[in-house]
Amino acid sequence: MSRATESTATLGDLRPGQSCIIVAIGGQGALKRRLVDMGLTPGCRVFLRKTAPLGDPLEINLRGYELSLRRADAKNILVEKV
Amino acid sequence: MAHGNFALPCAIVPRLRRERDQSQDNRSAFWLFISEHCERNGCVLMKIALTGNPNSGKTTLFNLYTGSNQYVGNWAGVTVEKKEGTLSYGGESITLVDLPGIYSLSPYSMEEIITRSVLIDERPDVLIDIIDGSNIERNLYLAVQLMELSVPLVLAVNMMDEVEAKGDRLDCDKLSKLLGVAVIPITARKAKNTQLLLDTAVELARTRDYNPRSPVGSVRYDNNTAQAIRDIYALLWEESRLRELPLWFYASKLLEGDPKAAETLKLDKKTLDQVERLVQAYEATSPYGDRETMLADARYKAITAITDKAMVKQGAEGSLSLSDKIDLVVTNRVLALPIFLLIMFIIFASTFGPVGSFFSDGIEYLLGEVLGGQVTALLDAAQAPGWTYGLLIDAIIGGVGGVLTFLPQIMILFTCLSLLEDSGYMARAAFIMDRLLHKIGLTGKSFIPMLMGFGCTTPAVMAARTMENDRDRKLTIMIIPFMSCGAKLPIYALFAGTFFAAHQGIVVFSMYIIGMLVAILSGLLLKNTLFRGKVAPFVMELPPYRLPSPTVLGRHVWEKCKGFLIKAGTIIFSMSVVIWLLQNFNWSLHLVEDNTQSIFASIGRAIAPLFAPLGFGSWQAAVSVLAGLVAKETVVSSMIVLYGAGSQAELATMLPGVFSSLSAFSFMAFCLLYMPCLSAFVSIKREMNSLKWALGTALFGTGVAYVVSMLIYQIGKFFVA
Repeated sequence: MSRATESTATLGDLRPGQSCIIVAIGGQGALKRRLVDMGLTPGCRVFLRKTAPLGDPLEINLRGYELSLRRADAKNILVEKV
Repeated sequence: MAHGNFALPCAIVPRLRRERDQSQDNRSAFWLFISEHCERNGCVLMKIALTGNPNSGKTTLFNLYTGSNQYVGNWAGVTVEKKEGTLSYGGESITLVDLPGIYSLSPYSMEEIITRSVLIDERPDVLIDIIDGSNIERNLYLAVQLMELSVPLVLAVNMMDEVEAKGDRLDCDKLSKLLGVAVIPITARKAKNTQLLLDTAVELARTRDYNPRSPVGSVRYDNNTAQAIRDIYALLWEESRLRELPLWFYASKLLEGDPKAAETLKLDKKTLDQVERLVQAYEATSPYGDRETMLADARYKAITAITDKAMVKQGAEGSLSLSDKIDLVVTNRVLALPIFLLIMFIIFASTFGPVGSFFSDGIEYLLGEVLGGQVTALLDAAQAPGWTYGLLIDAIIGGVGGVLTFLPQIMILFTCLSLLEDSGYMARAAFIMDRLLHKIGLTGKSFIPMLMGFGCTTPAVMAARTMENDRDRKLTIMIIPFMSCGAKLPIYALFAGTFFAAHQGIVVFSMYIIGMLVAILSGLLLKNTLFRGKVAPFVMELPPYRLPSPTVLGRHVWEKCKGFLIKAGTIIFSMSVVIWLLQNFNWSLHLVEDNTQSIFASIGRAIAPLFAPLGFGSWQAAVSVLAGLVAKETVVSSMIVLYGAGSQAELATMLPGVFSSLSAFSFMAFCLLYMPCLSAFVSIKREMNSLKWALGTALFGTGVAYVVSMLIYQIGKFFVA
């Protein structure tokens, strides 16, 4: 991401029960494409529902459905906490 | 084949249709003739394709339309399941193709690439896109991409019962007007409106009355995006050779920076530079500054604008659905693992435990005692020569019968797996287990196939089909054989009982541990070598829990059993005969009196020195290892014959003369790890859809077995001495 954003948090830093608004999607290739295809686009509201029993991956709720992704991948997503 | 009613190879059909459409100048009398012939005789001319997100109810609809007239195979060269079926519509036979479930038309997964190539190259007459009405935004994301393909499109909004139960209202007429394509609300599970859907699709295919306004116009992207797509479209339109292609699709793909699209179009440098300039201008219009994000964002924004108009959500915001409530328990931090392990235990116990073995024993009894007895009686009556007994009873009935005893296990296992898959739990299982398996290059979905490997490698390998990703599936299949299967227990029992009587339990257990350790190390090794850099992102939907449909379940289990029966009846049958021949004939092709003179035994003798560094260089051991390729249980029974022992007990008294404790342990480890049995090998070949990969897996296993056994023996020697 070339442009500076005021947000410092990533989706991977959120705790279960917190919500956020997506600011930007980093990363590249298949992963980035998959994330935006699944609806993780700027402005989308995301709720971190829980983490798996062993701490990873995460379960998030967006656009009315549940998605799971690994914390390391979630760190590519810049968010603004709400 | 019914008379005059043959299915034309699907590749011809689009060409045929094009030729017919353009045949006013009669330039292709041949195609015109075939086309008329087909119309007269009702050949398959119409082809409908089904597409949609995973879990959208596509399979339910496909089964509903085609019933038992379906064929399941693989798409050429890959292991993505290909389903085709026929249905009769007013006397006309229609081909229905079930395309793989996908979320987008990106070029990153096998499923997406296949869908693209079918829709662009084979051009079905009409495309039905199934949309899960309870998750409409993400499902429409695929639909708006499909609209660019200029294949006549009907949207089927499925799960309307769930939408209504939630209290939401979806106005499909409005949706249809806003998108500019036909939209039919259905509930596939209850066959509601499915006839209307079919009527609409067939009508559309016949009239070809599909002239969508430019997809950009009807979906209403923001001005910058719409303009960028239009500009690229105009650029492509200038090249007349491209005009036959779905240019709206390619325009948007070029804007996204899709490498496959640029490759297919073979654009020259000048055009590519022009496209690149348009893209740069587009990227400059947004603070995100990146084409992929911008276009996905534009699509989702346009979709949200549409659904806001067509859908009224009544469901209270933030209220928990039934699915959420189930998940509160099932993926709960504390309860998730116990529940998961309990479910795994139930599946394992019912597949390989009393129930499964009751049916397996039943089949063994029917084939061995009843059928075998009948055949023996017949041969007795005919005074048939001695070798016919061996061929018919030992090789054919024994070989194929031994494989058929897997059938009940496969049925039970796949009933369980289908239940997990269709209910939505499979995704949770992967969610729960991912952390553990991620480290060795696998994903959560590998857990179940690997666990089943402790029962039997054959169904375990088949279970790997539940993994969509090719790389994950291949890696898992290569590792499954290291999970010590049930058939290896008799070997451990004999050797551990003879050499380690005091610590039998620990020694047998150590075999399982060695197997798992080798699996983990192999995972790490393969991840960093053969499968380096091919990691598929683990971004997985957790679909809402749903009641599995009995017909989908039944068909899935039947397909698995059918595939297995065909395999048992063909490849395993012929391999059993070949191995029997090797075991009973010598090099001059004479029937041998005892097996020690056979071709098999001489091969065993030839390779025996290879095993000397592992501690068991006797030819008897080598031949038993070879015999184990048929089935691992055979290792023990072969040894009884080869050492001239009358029984297993007698063999146990003889073994200490030929094995030391150390070489016995090394032999057990070798049997644990070397290439899986014939039936498993054939399954591996089938699931990987490649003989090369199957042979590679077998060689890899045998190589690992050799190295591990040698390490055990050579290092062990220092300690024993």
